[in-house]
Amino acid sequence: MSHKSDLIAEDIERYLEVHQHKSLLRFITCGSVDDGKSTLIGRLLYESKMIFEDQLAALEADSKKVGTQGGDIDFALLVDGLAAEREQGITIDVAYRFFSTEKRKFIVADTPGHEQYTRNMATGASTADLAVILIDARKGVLPQTRRHSYIVSLLGIRHVVLAVNKMDAVGYGHEVFEAIVTEYREFARRLGLEDITAIPMSALKGDNVTEASDRMPWYYGPTVMQHLEAVEIEEGLQQRPFRLPVQWVNRPDQDFRGFAGTVAGGVVRPGDLVRVLPSGRQSKVARIVAQDGDLQEAVDGQSITLTLEDEVDVSRGDVLAAGSAPPGVADQFQVTMIWMHEEHMLPGRPYLMKIGPRMLNASITDLRYRVNVNTMEHVAAKQLELNEIGVCNLSTDRPIPFDAYDDNRETGGFIFIDKLTNDTVGAGLIHFALRRSDNVHWQALDVNKQVRAAQKGQKSCVLWFTGLSGAGKSTIANLVEKRLLALGRHTYALDGDNVRHGLNKDLGFTEADRVENIRRVAEVSKLMVDAGLIVLVSFISPFRSERRMARELLDDGEFLEVYVDTSLAEAEKRDPKGLYRKARLGQIKNFTGIDSPYEPPEHAELRLNTTDMSAEQAADVVIAKLSEAGLLSG
Amino acid sequence: MTTLTHLQRLEAESIQIMREVVAECDNPVMLYSIGKDSAAMLHVAMKAFYPAKPPFPLLHVDTTWKFREMIAFRDHLVETLGVKLLVHINQDGLEKGVGPFTHGSAVHTDVMKTQGLKQALDLHKFDAAFGGARRDEEKSRAKERIFSFRSAQHRWDPKLQRPELWRLYNTRKHKGESLRVFPMSNWTELDIWQYIYLEKIPIVPLYLAAERPVVERDGTLIMVDDERMPLKPGEQPMMKRVRFRTLGCYPLTGAIESEADTLPAIIQEMLLTTTSERQGRVIDHDSAASMEKKKQEGYF
Repeated sequence: MSHKSDLIAEDIERYLEVHQHKSLLRFITCGSVDDGKSTLIGRLLYESKMIFEDQLAALEADSKKVGTQGGDIDFALLVDGLAAEREQGITIDVAYRFFSTEKRKFIVADTPGHEQYTRNMATGASTADLAVILIDARKGVLPQTRRHSYIVSLLGIRHVVLAVNKMDAVGYGHEVFEAIVTEYREFARRLGLEDITAIPMSALKGDNVTEASDRMPWYYGPTVMQHLEAVEIEEGLQQRPFRLPVQWVNRPDQDFRGFAGTVAGGVVRPGDLVRVLPSGRQSKVARIVAQDGDLQEAVDGQSITLTLEDEVDVSRGDVLAAGSAPPGVADQFQVTMIWMHEEHMLPGRPYLMKIGPRMLNASITDLRYRVNVNTMEHVAAKQLELNEIGVCNLSTDRPIPFDAYDDNRETGGFIFIDKLTNDTVGAGLIHFALRRSDNVHWQALDVNKQVRAAQKGQKSCVLWFTGLSGAGKSTIANLVEKRLLALGRHTYALDGDNVRHGLNKDLGFTEADRVENIRRVAEVSKLMVDAGLIVLVSFISPFRSERRMARELLDDGEFLEVYVDTSLAEAEKRDPKGLYRKARLGQIKNFTGIDSPYEPPEHAELRLNTTDMSAEQAADVVIAKLSEAGLLSG
Repeated sequence: MTTLTHLQRLEAESIQIMREVVAECDNPVMLYSIGKDSAAMLHVAMKAFYPAKPPFPLLHVDTTWKFREMIAFRDHLVETLGVKLLVHINQDGLEKGVGPFTHGSAVHTDVMKTQGLKQALDLHKFDAAFGGARRDEEKSRAKERIFSFRSAQHRWDPKLQRPELWRLYNTRKHKGESLRVFPMSNWTELDIWQYIYLEKIPIVPLYLAAERPVVERDGTLIMVDDERMPLKPGEQPMMKRVRFRTLGCYPLTGAIESEADTLPAIIQEMLLTTTSERQGRVIDHDSAASMEKKKQEGYF
């Protein structure tokens, strides 16, 4: 691996001295295979001499065998090879390549341009400082150019290189280049992309890649490599207000309490006033502790450990911030979601959200619109599919510190994680907090849940009966309610009959509607618990995630999941409403147990097996459980 | 304005990754192979948790065929740094006498290294293991995630791998599943050497040229490190000035003739050299098994 430097042979120590002061630039290349993206990356690797002789020999052999350049070296082969992997069923989202020059080390995120494009490009763009957008000079600005540019602007990349490639195929014509650049700039301005450097080039012939081309004397600007080496990226990051999301609390002994994290914006020095978010407490930075001696300053991107002058409560997920310019704190946001999973995004469904080191529960309360990534048009939508982008309202289960993503990627970007599969299903960018959450203050009234329940000689709770249709949920719930009434308790029963015909009559049986159905029932239950009632809910509620959502709406101990367990065969035999028969005949779609799954509870408070237990016996068990849990005494 | 160098940025990224694992996983471990990548990784870990010691043990899966100098170096380093080291040997393989000379490199590596690693991870119930692999090592690693998911059987399932955005890593897993975490993913071989040089990180002397007894086998120079090396009739170890570009089991690691006996000299030699790093590893040439397949089987 020989860098292009005579210093290596002549004075290696001087060479190392030069190279230890290199900076790092991460960039992404956008374009399809036809635009010559792989050829450009391959040539950058080749020209910076990051290719070994054995690799070069293999490249030459491959070029003769499968290359597209008539026996000449096909640089694309250096980075391709993705087709074979795709055949093996390996998901490639982003491949990372490395090369370096005297001035910089580069990390290139290379995303294969096929159906997974949006997801992959967003992933690669999330860590990039700059984007190289390739345009085929023969074709000009295409819909995909717009799509790439939209994602680049969305992910907050400020620097764009517009690489107008294949200039050799248009006779190195100045007018062709100017026309493309003018059209692109007009479009990019609307996206808010400002720093655009347009370079006419040919990756294939090597014009303006690393060497200035003498075939385009009308061009006076830098080559691609010259620009990548020189573009200034860090200044802005350090001028932002200081942020340190606390990743880990370092407590080796009683005397030391350090807060470890990676600086996400700005600069920090001992003596600086900092605020802890979300608590709002203030302190001063005492030390920035490092193995080789305390630091006098730490900047954006550095992983540090600092101590504070006062003993304030700080834990993982909190943000230490400049006292004069702290981030906002809110629990309702407008965000853009990029959906990354085959399982579509459903408003109302609870997800785990990870923002910085903080993990919490969140859900989309409203999908405002979907964005057509080719035209940027807003389209009405009820859900987001894989690779779709939408603007949504988001609600978190507690207030969190945040910045707008445009101001700070680290404190404004987040991922969504599915609670059951643990997959990363989406990525989100915070735009702003919805003021609604600030204005709707919960009033701590003197008459509260406890007072209302005590008045009725009970503690309020929800008995959530789940199970297959025909398992006996409503029958048992009715018996339980009668007994509670006889005991002088105050109850209310919610089931399909009284909810589906009124409150939820606008809902059908699609997956999205079933989620919304359960969400409304859960919210109504919560209000009734607040009113001091014992609420009996009988719904098939087949999905664990929705039952968990209901559980999480309530306080600890208020939600009792009652699994009314019957085999499908037994339920189908009973078929009290004749529904299974219709489902088998295909007259009812999405019927639980037939063509829609039932996910049994894993940790139900009660399991009632109604194959070997009568409804009366089951009701007794429920009453006993309530009594045992102390819910029948005020 | 302070501008971070590329090594400072890489170090910061690696530290962030290590801290994330410690904060979110129950029982992490750092795989320590004694080589230069492990040396750099361990050095980063010492910094990441300072003034505390790294809150996880090191694990060395010993195939019993490592260079003697590697083992001596390992034991000395662990004592100096005050970190905890676990050494695991596949006892089953040892009893069956599995070794590279008797069973070939593929079987030896599978039994003593891959199986040994799985045994150790199961035995201690580690839910996350740091490895020193880099994306620049070969083409197929370029797309590897930093957090790589393994099933309860330690298999790598491409469908289980998750997109990694910003510095956000999803470490959630079900019971029995585990993570392989590669904090040095974005370093190149040159970065590692430069870091070792700048930070004065101790490395096994085998990386530096010295007179060593070697024999030539199929065009590869193999060091006669102990008496277990079977010599062919008439074969005499020759003293040559050699060094190693990678370290592993001595019968499987080719030496190169070299005069480079200082760090700048070996960096110089690496930069001027014309073959890639892995060529010294016999394991890659053996059989048609690709790294991809080995990974699916649980080789790190």
